[in-house]
Amino acid sequence: MRGPAPEERPRPKGRRSSQGIRVDPHAEATHEPRRTAISALVYHEPGVLAKVSGLVSRRQFNIESLTVGSTTNPETARITLVIEEPEPGVRQVEKQLLKLQPVISVRELGSDAVRRELVVLKVHGDEPDKVNAITQMYDGRTLDAGPRTITVEITGDEQKIDDAIDAYRQFGIRELARTGQTALARGDEWTTDAEEERYERMQRTQNQTDVDPDQSYQ
Amino acid sequence: MSEPGSRAQAAAQPTPETEATEATEATEEREPSDEADGADSADAESVAADQSTAAARTTGAAAVVAALESAGVEHVFGVQGGAIMPVYDALYDSDIAHVTMAHEQGAAHAADAYGQVTGRPGVCFATSGPGATNLVTGIADADMDSDPVVALTGQVPTDFVGNDAFQETDTVGVTRPITKANYFADDVDAVGDLVAEAFALAGEGRPGPTLVDLPKDVTTAETEAREAEPPEGTPTPSADAEAVEAAAAALARAEKPLILSGGGVTKGEASEELRRFATAFEIPVVTTMPGIGTFPEDHELSLSWAGMHGTGYANMAISHTDCLLAVGTRFDDRLTGGIETFAPDAEVVHVDIDPAEISKNVHADYPLVGDAGTVLDQLYDALSDGPAEAARAGDRWDAWREQCATWKEEYPLTYDAPDDEPLKPQFVVEALDAITPDDAIVTTGVGQHQMWAAQFWTYTEPRTYVSSHGLGTMGYGLPAAIGAKLAAPDREVVCFDGDGSFLMTMQELSVAVRENLDVTVIVLNNEAIGMVRQWQDAFFDGRRMASEYAWMPDFAKLAEAFGARGFTLTEYDDVADTLEAAVAYDGPSVVDAYIDPAENVYPMVPSGGANDQFALSEDHL
Repeated sequence: MRGPAPEERPRPKGRRSSQGIRVDPHAEATHEPRRTAISALVYHEPGVLAKVSGLVSRRQFNIESLTVGSTTNPETARITLVIEEPEPGVRQVEKQLLKLQPVISVRELGSDAVRRELVVLKVHGDEPDKVNAITQMYDGRTLDAGPRTITVEITGDEQKIDDAIDAYRQFGIRELARTGQTALARGDEWTTDAEEERYERMQRTQNQTDVDPDQSYQ
Repeated sequence: MSEPGSRAQAAAQPTPETEATEATEATEEREPSDEADGADSADAESVAADQSTAAARTTGAAAVVAALESAGVEHVFGVQGGAIMPVYDALYDSDIAHVTMAHEQGAAHAADAYGQVTGRPGVCFATSGPGATNLVTGIADADMDSDPVVALTGQVPTDFVGNDAFQETDTVGVTRPITKANYFADDVDAVGDLVAEAFALAGEGRPGPTLVDLPKDVTTAETEAREAEPPEGTPTPSADAEAVEAAAAALARAEKPLILSGGGVTKGEASEELRRFATAFEIPVVTTMPGIGTFPEDHELSLSWAGMHGTGYANMAISHTDCLLAVGTRFDDRLTGGIETFAPDAEVVHVDIDPAEISKNVHADYPLVGDAGTVLDQLYDALSDGPAEAARAGDRWDAWREQCATWKEEYPLTYDAPDDEPLKPQFVVEALDAITPDDAIVTTGVGQHQMWAAQFWTYTEPRTYVSSHGLGTMGYGLPAAIGAKLAAPDREVVCFDGDGSFLMTMQELSVAVRENLDVTVIVLNNEAIGMVRQWQDAFFDGRRMASEYAWMPDFAKLAEAFGARGFTLTEYDDVADTLEAAVAYDGPSVVDAYIDPAENVYPMVPSGGANDQFALSEDHL
């Protein structure tokens, strides 16, 4: 007895989305990509950046920027990743990062996080007064001014940097260097759990030796 | 980034919890040594005197071997070479048995199979450059299947690193994406601890391959002889109690519950817990291919394994279940087919020790992160005396089990075997199964023969089907048989290989002969890369580009040339006698079985298709 051919078999009713989520046939359950920043506290060892960037690229996550720098603890560094992914992708980035040996702690930053990036750009110096006006308008600084070129720096959130670059276009931008986003959680909130734990541990240690904890932490 | 010297130390730090205290201690420790540097000559003499009475000196290589000994390693697989020579020299004085393989790929596969059979990490050695790169296929294979493997590679001296020195490759860079963790060991004082850590990490939690790259100057340098510090073991994780309750409730209210048992059940030694759970509540079980053997295939609740070439009834059950309890599986696409059509009606309870597997491919409605056996016991307790017990007692799931039994009758695994046809491979697999004990270990290469060995052999114990699943590495079978036999010398080990697969690593036959390993290789010879040919016939209008061999060596003669016993098998009447003679031969034997080249693997779910749309023959494609 041979069972029915494929087209004659009873088919189940439901379906899953392309993200593997079981959905009502009439409901939409596909997550749209969103742009978000993820902060990772990592051991400050050689190759850690290659490990993180390699992981992100080989798993095909859509990365917008990645910055890295040291923290108050010389043994750790903070990596700030800006990615554009649907919700399941964001969760995967977090979980995959946590599997890397040098990664201590990972957290997605909320929309209210304090975010900054920096641009250094060089424009033609034909109209120094106008350039200066734009620089002041964007709270920037002039780093170098010569007869032919003016180099300025602007810091701010991504939108402000985009706007500033647009404003400088009228003078002719010769060269531009832009960092990725770096960020911390706002207010009392800790950016990653490990930092909160470490801070409290340091405070306890310092209290035992009667030294001002905030001073020692620095 | 910090100085290179801190690399091993930083990597050796086990947890963030210890980080602050260690940093403080490090500062304190530095101060006395600074004083010693600045000491006057009298003090310097006393320091020298102290050192002469201090602990015995050893080399980095000896520390590496000592770490392996402490970890209980009995066999290592490898190939000698310039940069790894100091480690081999240290091995000269050790009781660890070294198996010289013909090719480093064989060493990695043998270590992988050794790890699969024993559950403890298999160890392989290779030298720098080509030695290390030859390991890559085997390491990638272990990574895809979460097999515990420790690879130790030689490296050029640290002064030469980065200068394109002779036989230099950035091994750590090359293997980064395919290892659970890898290390460049540039500190002779830390190298023993690093190897101990790599060994522990390979086996714990979700297993996987680790690699330690050993520069030659580090393995020859002197260090203090001491016991390597074994890293702290991680406790067996249990799932969140509330999540377990929720998952149990979902199972209890299901009308058509189904268990999907994956390779994680094998790795977690959770087969007993699975059997208790499934039989107590009488829930049907399908396995993934790596999960073969976790549930006895001769049990009435078993639906065998699901996926592209899994049984029709397993795939029907997956497509129609309304609650899938998936344990230790990563939902590979060879299992799921198209995600949109996978278990479309099912709520998914996903048990996995690796949180990153939760909702990676198939969304988990009830994620349970933890050890497979522990979580199955938690679920068992949550369901006992509860509504699921009521469902079982009230026969609520009877109709579902009957439906599964009907599918078993409708879609049996069959093949035509009239006597006048060329040999059918399925017949050979069944015949060998019949004459070997239940705990015999089957290894395979990759291709059609692998599927027939999985379909037509009845597996009842975990760790008896040793294969290359995720990476699909042709040539895996023979070196795997060598590793499996050394891991379980008292058990029957047979290898089903294809002619194409066998040609890729047949040089390892020399190792089986040299070590006098009683393994039986059955080459299911259809003079082709059969799976490719099957796909060409089905999806490329029969344009058999580069899939058929115009000429094949005589594998029986080849076996004899290597010093093994060779058999040729062409007739149905000779099957039983030939297989018995091959199994009975005390040493490696090769049976070159000429099978029907027209035979293809069915059922088959076309790539990306729905599981219940499997084809039973080419007519359905």
